[in-house]
Amino acid sequence: MALPLSVDIAVTHLMGRRRQTIVSVLGVALGVGFFIAVAALMQGFQTYFRETIIDVSPHVVVEDEFRNPPRQPVQALYAGGAVELRGLKPEEERRGIRNARAMVEALRRMPGVTVAPTLSGQVVLRYGGVDEAASLVGIEPEQEQRVTTLAKDMEAGSLDRLNTTANGIVLGRELAKKLGAKLGDSLLAVTAAGVTRRVTVEGIFHTGIQNLDEGVAYMLLKRAQVLQDRINVVNQVRLRLADPDQAPAVAQRVEARFRYKAESWQETNQNIFQIFTVQNAIMYSIVGAILIVAAFGIFNVISTVIYEKTRDIAILKSMGLTEGDIRRIFLVEGIIAGAIGAVMGWAVGYGLTEVLASIRFDFSDDPSENRFHLSYSLLHYMLGGGFALVAAGLAAYLPARRAARLNPVEIVRGAA
Amino acid sequence: MGAGEPVLEARGVTRVLSGAIPVTLVEGIDLSIGRGEFAAITGPSGSGKSSLLYLLGLLDTPTSGSVLVEGEDTSRLTPADLARVRLEKLGFVFQFHFLLPEFTALDNVLIPMRKLARLSDREMRTRAQSLLVQLDLGDHARKRPDQLSGGQRQRVAIARALANEPRVVLADEPTGNLDSRNAQLVFDTFRDLAHRTGTTVVTVTHDEHLAAQTDRRVLLVDGKLVGSTEAAHPA
Ligand SMILES: Nc1ncnc2c1ncn2[C@@H]1O[C@H](COP(=O)(O)OP(=O)(O)OP(=O)(O)O)[C@@H](O)[C@H]1O
Ligand SMILES: [Mg+2]
Repeated sequence: MALPLSVDIAVTHLMGRRRQTIVSVLGVALGVGFFIAVAALMQGFQTYFRETIIDVSPHVVVEDEFRNPPRQPVQALYAGGAVELRGLKPEEERRGIRNARAMVEALRRMPGVTVAPTLSGQVVLRYGGVDEAASLVGIEPEQEQRVTTLAKDMEAGSLDRLNTTANGIVLGRELAKKLGAKLGDSLLAVTAAGVTRRVTVEGIFHTGIQNLDEGVAYMLLKRAQVLQDRINVVNQVRLRLADPDQAPAVAQRVEARFRYKAESWQETNQNIFQIFTVQNAIMYSIVGAILIVAAFGIFNVISTVIYEKTRDIAILKSMGLTEGDIRRIFLVEGIIAGAIGAVMGWAVGYGLTEVLASIRFDFSDDPSENRFHLSYSLLHYMLGGGFALVAAGLAAYLPARRAARLNPVEIVRGAA
Repeated sequence: MGAGEPVLEARGVTRVLSGAIPVTLVEGIDLSIGRGEFAAITGPSGSGKSSLLYLLGLLDTPTSGSVLVEGEDTSRLTPADLARVRLEKLGFVFQFHFLLPEFTALDNVLIPMRKLARLSDREMRTRAQSLLVQLDLGDHARKRPDQLSGGQRQRVAIARALANEPRVVLADEPTGNLDSRNAQLVFDTFRDLAHRTGTTVVTVTHDEHLAAQTDRRVLLVDGKLVGSTEAAHPA
């Protein structure tokens, strides 16, 4: 008799409709279980993706361009006036970041920020009759290492060798593969500036990010400047932050101060994060749909119980139980079904996640890419359980309210 | 007979069911039943006996007039307040026993006490058990209703009505489903209850023989009170 009266009665009702109750509980369990497994899968992938980006690429990139085209002197003179200029010619060539050295120094003084200046431009690499266009990024290896994980991502050769070889180049794995080039091979590099140089492959890297692996090559900053015929020019300053979540704020401050466009990693990958948002919305809708079906199950059981138990309801009310008491009985029934379903769903979810975790693919020779990246989050369990309880509570509420309003006189009259 | 202060009073109670054709269940009932009184409501079928009992028991509310319990006018009370009065002061017995089928006899008797929650679990159990013993059901406390006879079920229902020591027990043809021996047992119990504990008992019956055993007979015809006789009170 430790149970409160309403719970006691609720339990006997559910026990009296055991099969129907079990079916509805299983519905909830499936909903919660799928939610947990799918959430682990999607969140796991998204987190893996995010972390890879945070790891591999700079957190903020300052480039030699402006978000809004610079104002012409006339417009400054007649501020707010109706001035329109026609026939403006775009600049022939982007000039690079003016006074980049001072900017790098200033950025370096910001707390939690490491900085690396680079020059990036296009290059065509030729090897054995194969031409491949790529982004050529001129770096200072010591500084670049502190800003990206390039040094760690080297599969063959090393970044440091750029310092010792006269015209060393480091290629992404896919790029090297397309060219058919291996470590130590000598390629021809041609730029739009009309400069041609022989370069030696001193390293091959693999980041896991396709764009980098198949489209980027690194050289020493000085060499790249020569190749691009832009001596002393820096057109990209890369920042790494102690706290990557601060990137948008830092980017904004940098842009406000130096005027150059500063792009956070979040902005750079906006499209992908938008896709993630859509994915999540789809997941939540599907799980929501499953739970609605489960909620119908609960609605059904409770409606049936109420139909069967009108006499009990009538006598309980005549004894002095209030509408609230009656409502509580049936709400508790829903909550019990929901809670049992949620707990079973946790088990189902955990089991499914384990199954997913044990699956292996044959996509690549990197073992970390041949399995699902799963995230085991307590939040998913709480959310799944919370959804289940809310759905069950709502499903129970409607019939419970009807039961509470039953008029005992009508029932007592009818039950002679 | 003036068996003490009025416990249950009806003042001009009228109940009309609204609808396309309004139905008058009872009309202009004035009635006062005292403490410890054992009263029978009698009358032909359809005369409004049950309707009056539900009104007196606060299960239904009058269209006009008012019902007073221990002098308190109940016409202004909210449904929750009315439920409280029923819980604390009234007990019901119907023709059908209305026991919860999954609960044992003891657990059925415990329900009103658990709702009231004035006693400890142990005290409730002791009281419920002793009520069952009083009703000669001492050996049947652990049985579920389907394991009891009709007469036993009705006695469990009476024990349940008595659980919270009500001021008034209201019964609607409590013997309607019983044989004459069991019916007599129920009436003996009621009389005993009224005369020994001062509990007021109002029962609807159309059994003349049984009605004759009460202190007072209220006669209804066509929803109107046509006579209220006082039977000789066996002091
Ligand atoms: N919901 C209702 N709708 C229409 N008429 C009703 C309704 N309830 C009761 N009545 C009518 O009201 C009258 C009084 O009914 P009530 O049940 O109080 O009579 P009763 O004296 O208890 O009869 P019985 O001895 O047969 O139990 C009857 O004529 C009945 O048909
Ligand atoms: Mg009747």
